[in-house]
This record gives sequence, structure tokens and C-alpha cells, in this order.
Amino acid sequence: MKRLMNLTPNKPLAIFLSMLPFLVALFVYWIASNERLIENPNDKLLPSFTQISSAVDRLAFNEDKRTGKYIFWEDTSASLTRISLGIVISASIGLLMGLLTGLIPLARSNLSPMVTIISLIPPMAILPILFITFGLGELAKVMLIIIGTAPVMIRDMQSRVLQLPAEQLIKAQTLGASTWLVTIRVVLPQILPRLLASMRLSLGSAWLFLIAAEAIAAQEGLGYRIFLVRRYMSMDVIFPYVIWITLLAFIMDFALKKLSQVAFPWYHANDNDK
Amino acid sequence: MSFITVKNLSKSYGDNLVLERLNKTVEQGEFISMVGASGCGKSTFLNMLLGKESPSKGSITLEGKKLVQEPDAERGIVFQKYSVFPHLTVLENVMIADEFSKAKWLGWTFGNTKKEIQNKAHEFIEAVGLSPAISKYPHELSGGMQQRLAIAQALMKSPKVLLLDEPFGALDPGIRSDMHELINDIWQKNNLTIFMVTHDIKEGFELGSRLWVFDKTRHDPQAPNAYGAEITYDLPLNTDSCKTVAKSKIANMEIN
Repeated sequence: MKRLMNLTPNKPLAIFLSMLPFLVALFVYWIASNERLIENPNDKLLPSFTQISSAVDRLAFNEDKRTGKYIFWEDTSASLTRISLGIVISASIGLLMGLLTGLIPLARSNLSPMVTIISLIPPMAILPILFITFGLGELAKVMLIIIGTAPVMIRDMQSRVLQLPAEQLIKAQTLGASTWLVTIRVVLPQILPRLLASMRLSLGSAWLFLIAAEAIAAQEGLGYRIFLVRRYMSMDVIFPYVIWITLLAFIMDFALKKLSQVAFPWYHANDNDK
Repeated sequence: MSFITVKNLSKSYGDNLVLERLNKTVEQGEFISMVGASGCGKSTFLNMLLGKESPSKGSITLEGKKLVQEPDAERGIVFQKYSVFPHLTVLENVMIADEFSKAKWLGWTFGNTKKEIQNKAHEFIEAVGLSPAISKYPHELSGGMQQRLAIAQALMKSPKVLLLDEPFGALDPGIRSDMHELINDIWQKNNLTIFMVTHDIKEGFELGSRLWVFDKTRHDPQAPNAYGAEITYDLPLNTDSCKTVAKSKIANMEIN
């Protein structure tokens, strides 16, 4: 018998093991929900799977009587637009500022302390300021995501640029490259895969800020809906919405990872398949 | 007038005097191996030639002009590692040298210019024996092949001076002797002026036309940093008899 630390599962077993916790969670939920519904059929805390699926059906596949829209998809597109805008703008700022402060010592002395201080401001604390300045529209929500994620990305990009071996930068100069050429041909291509990695990590906090902003002031959006139906204790809506948000987050993360692997094979050469 | 003139050169970091009183002249086409204990300042000297560091006192002139205080295309460099670009293939790594000068704003070339650069790059890749690996990325190459690539890159700009900073220090002994042959060959064919820092005294003897030994001649036990290293031996290695004389001198030095 091998040591436990040397036992690796084969593929079918690995899949079964990875699914097991999900199945157990579903099963436990099912039992608990049944128990509560037997005691009180009007219980709202743990709705049955049937109740949940009828709620999904009502929101996603039937027009809303008042507005004539499919609420679930309206919410999804509103939220996705906000988060994509926010994260893409953040990444652009992060890339630009990171390159500038990472490569150019003058810019680093000039901007780095300011960025560090801004990154320490809790974004939720200035949410009222955003609502007051930018109104209750889309801009304030996107701004919250940007303010929440951009400083971290700037600092991450800066440190990635600084981590590039000095030898490479000197070599480029001995081949006759100007600062501009070093930036676009040596630094930028090496930083892009790291930017994608940074975006993946920032997605978590971006969702947090999005849902917080939507909870406070919005007319549609996944976070808005969850906080709206909370008043009626509609767990049958909240549960599928939370699962849907998780799924969307997973898909975005996975897509960014795949994009990085396809576009920058040299960067992933040392990844192992774990 | 000499090709390179080092005049009364000193380098110190605060109170720590690393190099002092260096006076040398070097002619075009010489291959200088620099050896010495760790921290004796031979790398510092190379960095001053490169323009990465500036002299505290004195000067280095190249063809009568003071060296530019930042790295430029006059001086090529091969480091022990990290001197190739990991995001470019072998061909792109060599092409980039000329793309830098041909496309000042875009950084990329197209059409005929690209073809020309490609052909030139092919020649140098051939010269270092990397043709079979032309479309591979550096991470797919062995340490020796990466150094070949770094040499091909540096040769693209036909630098006036080629600097080698322990270029073969991380390689296996067998591969190292292949590389010695390669660099010897390239040196003679292109009439290059080469400065090489090495830890390996044997390598210092095998390669080059002139050997410099860096060492401290003056010691103050109360202030170990008060005096810097100088070039204590400057030995010609042109012929085999020269090499024997040089070896015996070094042997004496080690005993002392």
C-alpha cells in the first residue's frame, strides 16, 4: 500500500470526487427543505426544488405583466454590462499606469504614493460621494467598480513590470531600443497575460461592488432583484439568482483563463496541469 | 590612438572603494578575459563599459570619445541568463534587434523591410547553429541554446564592443567547450573586441588574447574597504608559450 500522499485518483474517480460535495449539499438541502415544508407548507426559508423552478420559469421564460419584459434576462444584461465596463476600464487604467510607474522612475516617484493612498480608501465608504457626484445612474455604479479595482490592478501591474529581469531591459537597450520601443515590444507583451490574471482576481471584488451599488440604487440588475425580493422573503428567487451569479463569475473566470492560454502559450509553459 | 583607453579609473560605493587606479589601453580585435575573486570589481568594470554604472573618478574612452552613460547599440551584451525575450520565438528574438532601428514608432516591420531583416537574422541564427530551432520559444531551448540565441541577437547590431558577463557559467562542461569554440570562431571572423568576465580561471586561459587578473594589492586590516582592487596581471595569451608563462604566474600568485 502506497502512502496516502502518493495516491492519485484516476479520471472517473477524480470527477466523482469533485461532484460529491455538490451532491451532498443538494441532498442535505432537499431533506431539510422537505422537513420544514411538512411542518409548515407556507414556509419560505427553504423552498422546494419545484417552487424554485417555478420562480425561475416565471422570471426567465414569461413576460413580466407590468413591463412586458423578461425580468431575469433584463437583470442579467444590466449587471453584465456594468461589470464588464467597470473591469475593462479598470484593466486599461491598470495597464497604462502600471507600465508608466513600473518602467519610468520619474513617473513612479510622481504617482506611486498617490496610487497607494487611493488604494487604501475603502470604496464602500465613498459610495455616497459617488452617488452624489455622478447621480443614481449607470455612471456611479461603474465608477464604484473602477475605484474598487483599478488601484489594485495598477499596483499589481507596476510590481509585475518591476519584476522583469533588469538584464532583459538592458539587452533591449543594447539592441538600440528607445523607451517607447522597450515599452511596446518588450514590456507590454509580457505584461498582458499578467493583466488577464489580475482581471481574474479582481472579478471577485468587482461583483461585490456591483451588487452593493445595485442594492442601494438601481431599477434593474441581479443585485437589485435579490435585495428587492428580500422584503418578501422570496428565497425561491434569491437562491437561483445567487447560483446564476456564481455561474456567470465562473464562466468569466474560465474564459479569461482560456484566452490567456491561447494567446500567450509561452507564458503558460511552466504551468502544470493541476 | 587606442581603441579603448581606461584612464585613472576608480569606482566606489560610499566608503567602499571597489576599483582604483586602473590605466589600460585596448586595441580593436582584442579578446580580454577578466578573472578574480568574487567581489573584486570585475563585474563592476564590465558594467562601467556597458554604461550601467558610471566611474567615480577617471574615464573610459571608446575611439577617443567618452563612453555614453547608458546602454546603447555600440556595446552588445550577453548575460549569464535572462538576456533573451521569453515572449518571442528564436527568429523574432533576433529580428527585433533590427526592427528597433527600422521601425522607430511601430516597433514592427512589414513587407520588404521585414524580408530583409528576416534574411539577415537567418544568417546569424545559422552562424550560431540554431537553424533547427528557429520557430521555438526560449523556454523550449536548453541553457546552451539560449546563450547561442543571446549571442546571435547581440551580433545583429555589429557592436563595436561585445561584453560577456559569465556567459557560460550556468552551462554543463561539455556544452561549455562547444560554446568556447563558437565564440572563438565568431571573434576571429568578425574582428570583434570582446571583454569577458569569468569565474573559471581555466576558461580565462582558453579563451581570449589577453588575461586580466583583478586583485587588491593594498590591505588595511582596520579598514578592509579603504583600498580597491587593481589589475594585478595583464598577460598576453596569443601563443601557447604565452599561456604557459601566464599559467605559472597565476600558480605562483595562488601560492602567495
